[in-house]
Amino acid sequence: MTVTAAPLVEEFQYGLDAPICLTWELTYACNLSCVHCLSSSGRRDPAELSTAECKRVIDELERMQVFYVNIGGGEPTVRPDFWELVDYATAHHVGVKFSTNGLRITPEVARELAASDYIDVQISLDGATAEVNDAVRGPGSFALALRAMRNLAEAGFAGFKISVVMTRHNVSQLDAFKALADEFGAQLRITRLRPSGRGADVWDELHPTAGQQRELYDWLVARGEKVLTGDSFFHLAGYGGGLPGLNMCGAGRVVCLIDPVGDVYACPFAIHDAFLAGNVRGAGGFAEVWRSSELFTDLRQPQSGGACASCSAFDACQGGCMAAKFFTGLPLDGPDPECVRGFGEHALAAVDAAGAPRPSGDHSHRRAPAAGARAVGQRRGPVPVSIGSRPADGDGGVLARKAGRSSGIIPDHACDQNPLAGFRPPATAG
Amino acid sequence: MRPERFGALLYHFGTRRLSFLKSPALLTVVTSLGAEPTARAACVNAGIGPAELPAYRQALATLAASQMICGRTAS
Repeated sequence: MTVTAAPLVEEFQYGLDAPICLTWELTYACNLSCVHCLSSSGRRDPAELSTAECKRVIDELERMQVFYVNIGGGEPTVRPDFWELVDYATAHHVGVKFSTNGLRITPEVARELAASDYIDVQISLDGATAEVNDAVRGPGSFALALRAMRNLAEAGFAGFKISVVMTRHNVSQLDAFKALADEFGAQLRITRLRPSGRGADVWDELHPTAGQQRELYDWLVARGEKVLTGDSFFHLAGYGGGLPGLNMCGAGRVVCLIDPVGDVYACPFAIHDAFLAGNVRGAGGFAEVWRSSELFTDLRQPQSGGACASCSAFDACQGGCMAAKFFTGLPLDGPDPECVRGFGEHALAAVDAAGAPRPSGDHSHRRAPAAGARAVGQRRGPVPVSIGSRPADGDGGVLARKAGRSSGIIPDHACDQNPLAGFRPPATAG
Repeated sequence: MRPERFGALLYHFGTRRLSFLKSPALLTVVTSLGAEPTARAACVNAGIGPAELPAYRQALATLAASQMICGRTAS
């Protein structure tokens, strides 16, 4: 469809009036405790956006003509108003693609989902076998996902997504994942493991080896025609040819993240104060954050290639993923930690890992979820979500961030639940 | 369909595919298709010169192949 010569990627670098799509984590509450959770989810944040606030955001997205939102979490379906919000979004011409571990996908729900053109479903699965999957996502999570996939397939939901984060233990299962997707009439989607959230703690052991990265790239070139990647492997373009997709970092330019308390970050993998652009609760709402926040304006300026500028692969990989560099302690204008030329490995060797920035919020369960990954229908009663008071520091959303505090103590004793426990008046405001 | 500086973004909820109109003129053509008797007339009225027509024919064919636009079923 090329009519003018200007490559779209160049246009996108300068940002769009509204995101093409955006990720919206509806809640930090989750029934699972995946070791690589990019949002460090587990417990609900008491400052979570209310139903009315969520609807106001959807109204804005409709006005901005955002085609669809990728809803995630946490496990978004544990929100009691989840289906209400999905219905509200689709009624307002905002399509919904939501990610779930399968918890609520009963046969009845699957039939309702199959009936809507505006809803797409992604089932998260990180192993083609229970052994590989459950080591990352927790006991019972493979069975939970399979049950949801079966229900969707039986309801006639063609083309739902099976979403896989590629790790050292599942690159060898790519063909098995593809077979699984084919078996259920689903589409395979694979994405890159980022050192974000709890992923920062396991990235060293779980990220694919250099050999596996090559294997992954070759597999995508040979067999990836119908496989979605969320454009997340553009750092592999340095091997010699771009993969289908935009092959650029869209952070703050064509994508962004709204977190459960309304904070807007440049991308889903960058939940850190350094990438916090504003909050949808602000006077100008989401539109103002998107259009005029200082951070997003900066991101839309021409970026320096830094140490990578002289590399022959730079045009292809553009230095890789900002979040991956940031959370491994690498400079943002240097190589990606998984640079295919090996420059990232060299750079990492020179970095003090202990000095790498830590993700800003932590909503992890304080201990393993009591009910594990048991499916709805196998038991009656409420979903096991623990509700605590606003953590004393670190992840309390706007207020804590405004006060310039980014890390501290999360109360772990019952007697430490006073709302002012651990509170220190900020030294400087702003 | 969402107008943008470079043209427009199109999203099809049935196929869940995103397409791009890479020029404002193409956007004019696409939005006027319904009111014009033929695709060629839509192009001519949008100010597309004869030399450019093949490129626009190709662009519209691509859109048709991805079900973003479709032929009239009856008139």
